[in-house]
Amino acid sequence: MSRSRFLRTIGVVAAVAAFAAACTSNEAASVQTNLGPRAVSSNDEPGKEVVIGFSGPEADHGWLAAINSTAIAEAKRYSDVTLRLAEGTNDPSLQISHIESFINQGVDAIVLLPTDGAALTEVATKAMEAGIPVVNVDREFTSEFAARTTILGDNYGMGISAGTYACKLVEEHNLGPDAVIAEIAGLDSLPLTQDRSDGFKDALRECGQKVDHRVAAEFTVESGEAEASNLLQAVPKIDIIWNHDDDQGVGVKAAFDNADRNEFFFIGGAGSANAMRWIQDGEMEATVLYPPTQAADGIRLARLLAQGKGMSDLVQVEVPRRIVLNAPVVTKENVDKYLPLGFES
Amino acid sequence: MKTDIAVASEQPDTGRRQPGFAALFSGPAGRSLGLVIALVLLCVVGVITSGSLFMSFDNVMTILRLASVIGVVSIGMTFVITGGGIDLSVGAIVALASVWASTLATQTLATDTHWIVMVTTALLVGGGCGLINGLLIAYGRMAAFIVTLAMLAGARGLAEIIAQKQTQVVTVDAFVDFFGADVLGIPVLVVIFALVSIAGWVLLNRTTFGRRTLAVGGNPEAARLAGIKVKRHTTLLYVLLGLACGLAAVMLLARTTAGTSTHGLLYELDAIAAVVIGGTLLSGGRGTIVGTVLGVLIFTTLTNVFTLNNLDTSTQAVAKGVIIVVAVLLQQRVAARNGST
Repeated sequence: MSRSRFLRTIGVVAAVAAFAAACTSNEAASVQTNLGPRAVSSNDEPGKEVVIGFSGPEADHGWLAAINSTAIAEAKRYSDVTLRLAEGTNDPSLQISHIESFINQGVDAIVLLPTDGAALTEVATKAMEAGIPVVNVDREFTSEFAARTTILGDNYGMGISAGTYACKLVEEHNLGPDAVIAEIAGLDSLPLTQDRSDGFKDALRECGQKVDHRVAAEFTVESGEAEASNLLQAVPKIDIIWNHDDDQGVGVKAAFDNADRNEFFFIGGAGSANAMRWIQDGEMEATVLYPPTQAADGIRLARLLAQGKGMSDLVQVEVPRRIVLNAPVVTKENVDKYLPLGFES
Repeated sequence: MKTDIAVASEQPDTGRRQPGFAALFSGPAGRSLGLVIALVLLCVVGVITSGSLFMSFDNVMTILRLASVIGVVSIGMTFVITGGGIDLSVGAIVALASVWASTLATQTLATDTHWIVMVTTALLVGGGCGLINGLLIAYGRMAAFIVTLAMLAGARGLAEIIAQKQTQVVTVDAFVDFFGADVLGIPVLVVIFALVSIAGWVLLNRTTFGRRTLAVGGNPEAARLAGIKVKRHTTLLYVLLGLACGLAAVMLLARTTAGTSTHGLLYELDAIAAVVIGGTLLSGGRGTIVGTVLGVLIFTTLTNVFTLNNLDTSTQAVAKGVIIVVAVLLQQRVAARNGST
């Protein structure tokens, strides 16, 4: 009997030893993406050694996975950057503790893609007050004091691009004022989804169109399939569909194929490699780019901030406060140019 | 570890006393001791890999602050599981309470009167959800698993409706200032967690309520024959957990300065895991607050050690899984041995 107790002790010790082993057997994720030629400046030469902390939401869809992998790859390109990685949580409380750890460790800069901008504002402000510059990526904080620099895709612009392209299609194909336009939005609880929808609506209004049917999925393949199936059931004939997100687009496309429906122009969003291949094959009309390289750009900006450098292509000697990335439309004509930016979903 | 010793003295070992080292591992104190050793080893790993940084006061507070929200939920969960129940809806209740307590109407009222309005709202919402759970389970004779599964879906849905799927920023500065402050250097959230732990320990080990909980969870029929109002008691346990969820929502509101319907995702799993590795029997009848607190600390310390060492969360999830399996395996051995003596 006492032997079994002893075994139990051994068990606990072995369990903890197993975690210790797990601690040592980890390798940083391997990464692809060759983003083609870049501007070379003296900024790229090794400078002061800096430690950058990076934290983002759980990579539960392709776009976020690409956000993480391109950021890690970017950090690796610089011999003077040590990346501290705390990726992968959808719990704001946990992400707050990650940032607190970065502050305790005294990193030189933090790149933060918040699970929820409002929820992470307080701790980001704390980091700024501790003298650590914070680069806010994609989902905005609610306070100006929480970030030194903000870099984000243009969600409203994405909607505008998609809507303007839809207007062009209406005109080119004489779909008339009664063209049936449908929208498959992403996660409705995120402000970015509302921005995209607003942009789409506003652009359509310019050519006298409106969104006739709208459903919202959750960026996952499964939800995309379910929502698109419902949409097709509800509307027997559609002229144009804009789907906000190419990750859920895999499911959306599956629903189209299952229902044998292709009477409409299918416009996507985000710009996954899948979507770009569909465009090459003529199975999709276009997709609106939402760059998955924002966090990688965030790493670059954080490095410049920590080293006290500016952006070499600007006259101003400091890194700007705010950078909004463009949201171009990828079509059959220009898809080859954008394919290297496409992420695998 | 004062409380730990107290548990040992208060619940005399039913098995035979063993001399020497092995004796330390018998009885409830032994179970907690195993967890203490696991936690200490985890800390040793932390110190070896991250040195003084891990031991720094700021880092310890980072761990405790992270532990405090899920810790309060887990202590409530300990009561429900000890009483022979289960609650899958805690995360959803936290979300609903956080949203309800941060609506424009609630916050306006709080600004005009006192921030305590927000706390009261969260506690009422949490307690109300718990009451519904408890009534349906005890008097509606439905399985706890099903009732709380329904609450999981319903409460989060209601939270989405109320918040219109938006994030509600807390603008009541006095509220954030109070809960974000320090008492003698200790964050208020950690103080709340400590107070709830102590209150939970006293309630479970030193009161009639606690003894009834053990009786109801161990053998409800025997408890009924012994004159305990089993249905009423079961309902109270769920109300208690609901209140804990309301309090956790308040803490989360202060920590994130925002209420959203996405708060508390998967808290049910984290709380159940912490309770179970702590040594509370999933089948009810035996519960330990000290074990639950240690269980929560083990998970949050693990997270911290991984973050400090720049390791990814997937490995961490695997480690978590291993801990749960090992802990429950050990627990079964204890249960089997106690059954034979």
